[in-house]
Amino acid sequence: MSSGRCAACRYLRRKCTEDCILSPYFPSNNPQRFVSVHRIYGASNVSKLLLRLPIHVRAEAADSLYFEAQCRLEDPVHGCVGLVFMLQQQIQAAESQLVKTRVQIAVMKSQAQHPQPREAESSFNNPFLRHFDNDANLSFSNQISSGFI
Amino acid sequence: MGGSSPCASCKLLRRRCAKDCIFAPYFPSDEPHKFAIVHKVFGASNVSKMLQELPILQRADAVSSLVYEANARVRDPVYGCVGAISYLKNQISQLQMQLAVAQTEILCIQMQQQESALPTQIHQDDCKPFLLANNNNLDSISQYLNFASSSNVIQDPADLKRESFWT
Repeated sequence: MSSGRCAACRYLRRKCTEDCILSPYFPSNNPQRFVSVHRIYGASNVSKLLLRLPIHVRAEAADSLYFEAQCRLEDPVHGCVGLVFMLQQQIQAAESQLVKTRVQIAVMKSQAQHPQPREAESSFNNPFLRHFDNDANLSFSNQISSGFI
Repeated sequence: MGGSSPCASCKLLRRRCAKDCIFAPYFPSDEPHKFAIVHKVFGASNVSKMLQELPILQRADAVSSLVYEANARVRDPVYGCVGAISYLKNQISQLQMQLAVAQTEILCIQMQQQESALPTQIHQDDCKPFLLANNNNLDSISQYLNFASSSNVIQDPADLKRESFWT
């Protein structure tokens, strides 16, 4: 970097060479980015990690290291793992809701296909559908409470 | 642990394991890989600083999360844990889409049931636009699901960062 040192070399108070591994990913206009990463991983570990990667993926790796470092600074106990667990819980809740909804659809379709005549039909207001719907709701609730879902 | 058998950290670092070794409670000697991987990604000195800054009761949890992150980083040196976060967010989006489709289907069934229950009160033409609109939505939602499941799109970590913390 002929125009000046990168954020990493400035922080580490060293000469920033042309082949500095960190300079493309820690520009001097964002010093906080390197400070965060250095606090969690250390400059040496970051350099080693980036050196082991092909050049075309190093930018992504630097971004993900910065993201994880920020997570760890904000939550020193859980880091970004807290976010992973939260997302896993959200997935479980969404899956559960989806199963319930699909069961409801199956019940409703079953109602429509196999109506059980219990009362005389009224041509104006069909009460047997309403009655049957109540029964379906009960069986759906029973399915939930009995652990079907 | 300090006297007879050094902890995994001190064994790896080849030093004497003191009685007040900060690593000893969390890196027992029978789990050498645990410290090895954390040291590889974060460095022993950084881990020691992190643990020292935490209350003792929280240190075990911190070590667990550090081990998790280190494992993720070793498995995926480019994305680490961010890869897992991106994958999980995609899963949630897909589930939400499927839920929306299912809920729309319920509405359609209810509309159809109401139509057949009250044929003289509600004109079929009144329901048609609604049913057509929902059918179109189902088609476009299905197309979206096919695209989302077939592509290997990983979100930009910068976007994940903005979503997660700067709210």
